[in-house]
Amino acid sequence: MSDTHTLVRPYGDTTGDGMVQVSFTLPLPCDKRAEGAALQLAKKMGMEPALLVHAKAMGPDYTFFVVYGSVSHLVDLRDVTVVERRYPLLTAKEVNLAIKRTLRRKLVVVGACIGTDAHTVGIDAILSLKGFAGEKGLEYYREIRVVNLGAQVLVPELVARARAERADAVLVSQVVTQRDAHLHNTSAMSAAFREAYPAGEVPLLVVGGPRFEEGSAASLGVDRIFGRGTTPGEVASYLVHELAA
Amino acid sequence: MTWVLSRTTSGSRYSGRVPTTTRPRLELDPLVVRRARSLARQAGRPVVRLAQRHTTVSVERATLRLAGLSGADHERVPWVNHLVEAVRGQVGLECGVTTPVWDALRRGEAEDLLTLAQKAASDSISFRLPTGPELTRSRRAARAAVATGIRTVDRQRAARERLVRRLGDPKQRPWIYLIVATGDIDEDIPQAQAAAREGADVIAVIRSTGQSLLDYVPEGATHEGYAGTYATQENFRRMRAALDETSKEVGRYVRLTNYASGLCMPEIATLAGLERLDMMLNDSMYGILFRDINPVRTFVDQRFSRQIHARAGIIINTGEDNYLTTADAVDAAHTVTVSQLLNEYFAKEAGLQDWQLGLGHAFEINPDLPDSFRLELAHALLARTLFPDAPLKWMPPTKHMTGDVFRGYLLDGFFNLVGAMTGQGILLVGMMTEAVVTPFLSDRDLALQNARYVLTAAGGLTEDFHPPRDGFIQTRAREVLGESVQLLERIVDDGLLDAIGDGTFGLMRRPADRGKGLEGVLEKAEGYDNPAVTLLEEGRST
Repeated sequence: MSDTHTLVRPYGDTTGDGMVQVSFTLPLPCDKRAEGAALQLAKKMGMEPALLVHAKAMGPDYTFFVVYGSVSHLVDLRDVTVVERRYPLLTAKEVNLAIKRTLRRKLVVVGACIGTDAHTVGIDAILSLKGFAGEKGLEYYREIRVVNLGAQVLVPELVARARAERADAVLVSQVVTQRDAHLHNTSAMSAAFREAYPAGEVPLLVVGGPRFEEGSAASLGVDRIFGRGTTPGEVASYLVHELAA
Repeated sequence: MTWVLSRTTSGSRYSGRVPTTTRPRLELDPLVVRRARSLARQAGRPVVRLAQRHTTVSVERATLRLAGLSGADHERVPWVNHLVEAVRGQVGLECGVTTPVWDALRRGEAEDLLTLAQKAASDSISFRLPTGPELTRSRRAARAAVATGIRTVDRQRAARERLVRRLGDPKQRPWIYLIVATGDIDEDIPQAQAAAREGADVIAVIRSTGQSLLDYVPEGATHEGYAGTYATQENFRRMRAALDETSKEVGRYVRLTNYASGLCMPEIATLAGLERLDMMLNDSMYGILFRDINPVRTFVDQRFSRQIHARAGIIINTGEDNYLTTADAVDAAHTVTVSQLLNEYFAKEAGLQDWQLGLGHAFEINPDLPDSFRLELAHALLARTLFPDAPLKWMPPTKHMTGDVFRGYLLDGFFNLVGAMTGQGILLVGMMTEAVVTPFLSDRDLALQNARYVLTAAGGLTEDFHPPRDGFIQTRAREVLGESVQLLERIVDDGLLDAIGDGTFGLMRRPADRGKGLEGVLEKAEGYDNPAVTLLEEGRST
């Protein structure tokens, strides 16, 4: 497509036909009224004309629809902005290879839930072999050595263990947010690390949890914050970007 | 039920056995098969002995649950945890929790078990290890109390058998297995009932992420879980009652499944027996490999939980599918077979019968690989042939589900076809939105249509499908069996615990002196007594 085409429409079988296909369920018994409702929804989604090709009852109260139709919307490519991740997403193989080449030893990650937080869901999703969202956790990576300290780890204990294991990175999960516990714990943790290590030798400090604000890493004294839905692969890629690139 | 399948499996409902005349032939060398089983026995026996020499805090808590102790304090710490900790702190658990507990009751330290636990929690009971006639009487009292729980388990099993007789089993094999998981038991119930009406024969309530690492069983009805619902006695009771209603409505007994795994495996198994769950996920090595639970803890806990399952008439489901999500499904095919053989040995040692062995395997070969479907057929048929009387659990693709839901739907169709052609016992219905979203209502409906179509159209293929002698499928099956024997030989030489420590399964290294829950493992002393184990092993109820 040449650059002069800044306006595009979906492609069915002819340029500019705008054809799309959608499927959805309405909480209605399968009858003429439900079909009318489905067509109304399609129209409101910009599909006109809309062709209702399939309606099927799913139990007495729900109906499943498949609708084909032409959408009236145009996409203006000049308005599309792409948010670039500052580091590339790597496969497990690429992560292992990068570590092997650059560090020439295993990358050591120490992980824990600190304070009173007993929710190991997050840290386990990232670290344990089982992983999250179909991706294996960091334990799966041959070139990463994972030390998962589990729940309710005290900050001094975490610092001591990180030193003993010569951790390259420390991963901390904070789920509980009562009275901003996650923020206090994180600040306390980063302060303890900066006190215990000579400047410039502090391991990479990474926190994760569903309630951190993006962009608050610096104010909390950590290197990176990961939010809800982060997968192990993203974390591994980030570690490589920071430590083995 | 809105659909009826034409295939009839005359009179062999429980066993999942395809009639002999129509069973596909793999022509495995019976000597090799025997050798594989004998190696599995050799590998497993030292581990069983190890399990017999130890107890765990969870085994002791499960025993107290059988004696009727339930409930939790205001901080939701269960009374069984309080009591076991109190006894452990004062006299240790090496002789079992029941002797000091019933000694204290006989001495009148509290009027009943619950009060004793409550007082023990505030440190106002002094426990001791009785001797002589007092020891005998304490043990007798403990046995009588624990026997009431065993009798409840027996009654629940009889109730299931009665309901199955009255309402009937599913008309087809494999049984259709569907997962429900909202996190809120009150949301799970209508979803499970709807799924049963749409044709599900088995409902699995998936557990909240992280429950496996809790060293206590949460109490009461729960409404918040992460990607699943907590396994609690009350949640079990509510869901079973709801499915009993639906079973009557649809005219077949709808089975309920949960997870006896993690640090509280023995207690959850016990609760399942008490509340008439019908199937339990219960793998011998899953917790070790995928949850980093201490190997000794796991083997002790799984032996007790399997003894309970055996008694309760519960079908166990093993987790071999998980190996294939970490390792390559072709290269690691034999690790599945090895794990199945080990699971079979541990299960039978604990008293489970063939019809209770839902040994797992999965459709996880990369679809881009040439002959991937033929390889799947060979592997599935190998499992079917090795375990002819077990209701094998056939698990759908997950690793190669990409987000292209249309392609995923086709893969699930081929998965269903392998299930139909090879006579699998339990079929976990695959969702085309696997790894995309929590299944929509419509995803589940489409998935059931897929399974229904394939089973109706091709369910009878077990009759026609005979892979030719020395053809691709027979050769591949023999190859996998041969590799399994080799791996088992290595395991026997190294010892199973060392093999696990070296990363033989699922590529994970798990040494026997590490992992979670190790502090809850105790070596039994000379005077150890556990009336639950005695009753289970003797097969008695008083």
